[in-house]
Amino acid sequence: MSGLVALTGRELKKWYKQPFVLFISLVQPIIWMGLFGKAFNLSALAPPGTPAGSGFLITFGVSDYFSYMAVGMLSFVVLFATMFSGMSIVWDRRLGFLNKVLSTPASRGSIVLSKVLIAVIRALVQAGIVLVAAVILGLQVSAAFNPVFLLGVFASLFLMSVGLSSLFVAIAIRSSRWETQMAIMNLMNLPLLFASNALFPTSLMPDWLRAFAQVNPVTYGTDAARQLILLSPNWTSVTNDFLFLGTFAAVFAGIGIVLSWRYLSK
Amino acid sequence: MIRGEAMTGNVIEVSDLTKTFGELKAVDHVSFEVQEGEIFGFLGPNGAGKTTTINMLTTVQRPSAGQAKVAGHDIAHDALGVRRSIGLVPQEYTADEDLTGIENLLLVARLYDIPKPEARKRADELLTLVQLKDAADRTVETYSGGMRRRLELACGLINRPKVLFLDEPTLGLDVQTRAAVWQYIRLLKEQYHMTLFMTTHYLEEADNLCDRIAIIDHGKIVALDTPATLKASLGGDIVEIQVNGVPTGDLEQAVRGIPSVREVKPSNGGYRLTVINGEETAPLILDAIRGLNLKLSRISIAKPTLDEVYLDRTGRSMREMEGSREDVFRQRITMRRARP
Repeated sequence: MSGLVALTGRELKKWYKQPFVLFISLVQPIIWMGLFGKAFNLSALAPPGTPAGSGFLITFGVSDYFSYMAVGMLSFVVLFATMFSGMSIVWDRRLGFLNKVLSTPASRGSIVLSKVLIAVIRALVQAGIVLVAAVILGLQVSAAFNPVFLLGVFASLFLMSVGLSSLFVAIAIRSSRWETQMAIMNLMNLPLLFASNALFPTSLMPDWLRAFAQVNPVTYGTDAARQLILLSPNWTSVTNDFLFLGTFAAVFAGIGIVLSWRYLSK
Repeated sequence: MIRGEAMTGNVIEVSDLTKTFGELKAVDHVSFEVQEGEIFGFLGPNGAGKTTTINMLTTVQRPSAGQAKVAGHDIAHDALGVRRSIGLVPQEYTADEDLTGIENLLLVARLYDIPKPEARKRADELLTLVQLKDAADRTVETYSGGMRRRLELACGLINRPKVLFLDEPTLGLDVQTRAAVWQYIRLLKEQYHMTLFMTTHYLEEADNLCDRIAIIDHGKIVALDTPATLKASLGGDIVEIQVNGVPTGDLEQAVRGIPSVREVKPSNGGYRLTVINGEETAPLILDAIRGLNLKLSRISIAKPTLDEVYLDRTGRSMREMEGSREDVFRQRITMRRARP
């Protein structure tokens, strides 16, 4: 347990001692919101006065595209923040730090959990800042939105980041080449982002793509956040989202820990 | 018998330890013992299996076969017991560059579950011993290679280990800094009454520092003894001679006739002789050459070194060896970071 605290504390210190890195990681989602969110002004397809039953409103559920994609950006931030958990274990291996830790009584599981934990903390802090930025840029929250809903949003982002960072750590656990890890990350991030409802509704997708989007955790995290922030929540589907995310997080965190026992030492 | 170590005085007992990576036998049925309080050296070129052996003894890697006990604990069945009684100073610089010296020490202390006040006390004591007290609150980024090595030493000692494992402890450092680092290592050994297990590919280092040396080649121990005994096993000094013109069979005959010459091998257009007492034999060789009306162009007398022992046991010179890509990469990182 103290191993987990020590290792997480190390990463946390490294993180807050380099505020520039945090700043850079926030620039990207904010640029996306500013350019992509504003330029793809899909709301123009449904000008004011469009009847409530029109195509755009039914498809997107909201009347402005910016709010729609800004919530998707929260998932974007989580996805990119968690991706580096795998990278960091590769560096620890390369630089010999991993071997040093493996020779101490600290448990193998705490090595993996610390990577997951720090990724989760970073993801949630960044998502919080992006949410504030989105509100400033014009995100319109629903009338029903309240602090409890906000908590719900972070709970869903929490589950999503636990699952995703465990997934990326599990992929990286035996690798000592950061090039491989980079390639894997690049291969995975765009499909995970685009084959989800983060930027576009899945109902517009061809069947095969929608089938993938429906097993993509990003879809569930975004849906939960969107329902809680923008809409009057449909509780059945919010519950569904949480069930899916909870299972996803538990399964992959479990896999990560099992793999760490088996494969951290070669 | 409850405690093997108490009976025999062995802190490390290794029998038939083996590690295979696919086809490659990195460590091949290695057996040896390390006695309490000694400095035991593993000497060999890159890729000979030194680091893999350390990794197995420190429970970082699991052996493919064979057994080992460290400080009375079995590395396979009581890994936690081993981990609690050892310290490791890896070849790489593992201290975090973004953290300060003291932060790094306290981090390692927490990995050993040492309570905070005690950890502070020990960190203070160690930083004083390795003379990093003034640099304790600076980030490691600003440290020189020698300072980093000393910090690594301190990190390896925070849990007061019975056995300290040092993997290439002076890699990449200049000669002066190497000597200084070794002074610290000796000082710390006295202070904490430890046994040291170290690997190195610096021949002089192994010669000067180790009580006993195992020479390892392609995963096998090819020689194990004190440096003095190993060198004596060669049977004498090495005299190399070259003459003007092509040496003839007559010359070989003549030097073989000298009683203190034990072996004659052609080498570099001349001869390489193994002789008892080089200084006294050299004049006799000179006489033999003159007697044949030849002119000596070059003569050298060398006391046997561990490199000659290595050459004798493996047929290759250690100085010419290269490691695998992975080894070379790791060493390059370490060497680069050793520079200020």
